[in-house]
Amino acid sequence: MTALLQIKGLGAGYGRADVLHAADLAVAEGGVTALLGANGAGKTTTLRAICGLIRRSGSIRFGGAALEELSTEDIARLGIAHVPEGRGTFQRMTVAENLNLGAMSRRDTGQIKADMTKVYDYFPILEERRAQVAGLLSGGEQQMLAIGRALMLRPRLILLDEPSFGLAPLVVRNLFAILTRVRREENVAMLIVEQNAALALALADVAYLLETGRVVLSGAAGAFAQNERVRSAYLGA
Amino acid sequence: MELFLQQVVAGVATGSIYACMALAIVMIYQAIDHLNFAQGEMAMISTFIAWQLMAWGLPYWAAFIATIGLSFMGGLAIERIVFKPLHNAPVLSHVVVFIALFTVLNSTAGFIWDFSIKPFPTPFGTRPLFGSSLVGSHQAGMIAVTLALLVALYLFFRHTRIGLAMRAAAENPTSARLVGIRVGWMAALGWGMASAVGAIAGMLIAPVVFLEPNMMLGILLYGFAGAVLGGLTSPGGAVLGGFLVGILENLAGTYIPVIGGELKLPLALLVIVSVLVLKPGGLFGRTTVQRV
Repeated sequence: MTALLQIKGLGAGYGRADVLHAADLAVAEGGVTALLGANGAGKTTTLRAICGLIRRSGSIRFGGAALEELSTEDIARLGIAHVPEGRGTFQRMTVAENLNLGAMSRRDTGQIKADMTKVYDYFPILEERRAQVAGLLSGGEQQMLAIGRALMLRPRLILLDEPSFGLAPLVVRNLFAILTRVRREENVAMLIVEQNAALALALADVAYLLETGRVVLSGAAGAFAQNERVRSAYLGA
Repeated sequence: MELFLQQVVAGVATGSIYACMALAIVMIYQAIDHLNFAQGEMAMISTFIAWQLMAWGLPYWAAFIATIGLSFMGGLAIERIVFKPLHNAPVLSHVVVFIALFTVLNSTAGFIWDFSIKPFPTPFGTRPLFGSSLVGSHQAGMIAVTLALLVALYLFFRHTRIGLAMRAAAENPTSARLVGIRVGWMAALGWGMASAVGAIAGMLIAPVVFLEPNMMLGILLYGFAGAVLGGLTSPGGAVLGGFLVGILENLAGTYIPVIGGELKLPLALLVIVSVLVLKPGGLFGRTTVQRV
């Protein structure tokens, strides 16, 4: 497998404070990579750096493009969909408008309707609520909407920032079942940041462990789950 | 009773001026989240451009359309040149630039076209409508244009892709950038459209108040009052607010002896202050709750 996203020596931060120091990681074409770590380790910062939302240094290669020189808008147009921390819902717009916004950068307007149907097939609740204002949806529904909005971009890579955050266990299980289906049916790679390491490792092929802004461990997701350090600190076993 | 009705009708007629201006104010507020104090002066410059084009021999409607186009480009240019470098600056910097723009535009108009009062033609004629001397055909035409503009803007923002992108950019700039919307250009487009709406307002108002560099001073204040009363987030509310301010102004001038003709302008300020104290969202506006 060739790497779709190849990051080398990534540093990033806010204002004058550096959060990330020389992190290296890769996401394979069509594969799922999990990024684990405690609060403040730099997981969200990594995703924001990839999208150009914050100051960054180092090299970020996506396909043939050098992302470190591009604006957030152009990075999205290359096919990277970011499901941000806090879900990034357009609160005052309807569910259907939120989904249409996901497809805003696309030129193939004829295909957008078909993709909308596909998203409704993954998340039937969104179709029921399509005319509702998105701000009134529950947390789980807003997370589904955020993932649906990302799919509307027809992305080659989805960045998922803590999709399980603040949701009830049953909702989380349902959400990850749908993500598993998405990874099987769509030709899309994912980079997933999760506090819930067990869930993320079950979905991923490859995992990285971040501690205070550095990658301290990497390997296949299955082996990761057996690693003593990961088990004691992140799997609670 | 007849006096009352007459005053209400006359209020609707003056209110149409304020409604038009209020619509332009709300347009830009939606796009940039600030009140543009130079909005009136931008409209005044546009009106002078229309006057100049007609003085050079263009027929009314050709000048009308050309002015709208030029004003759109002008608004776009102001955003790109003056406000783009400021987009992360605090509110006060914006306010200072608004005031600077106000002064620059006002003096430029005075310098080019001098401060003498010029008549401005109306395409609707000046005949009284329905045999009443209160509402002329120009006022009726003005009300019709304002309402048509309102409907057109509503359709644009609800049913076009670019309208949806503009609303998204205003509501949640970060999420908008993450789906590939060029947020900076959406703000520029908002400026262009607000400037075009202001140009229409100016060209409709000028036949009533006559054309001169200070023509918009009082009207902008009434327009603000109308926009605040109806709700700064609601174009329809702002138009209704403009009409209400016009009616209120006329009734107060007639029935409250102290106010008469002299104290009408403070009335607009009174409206602004009372709405902001009692119902800050206005009649139809959205109240935003912000977690701090």
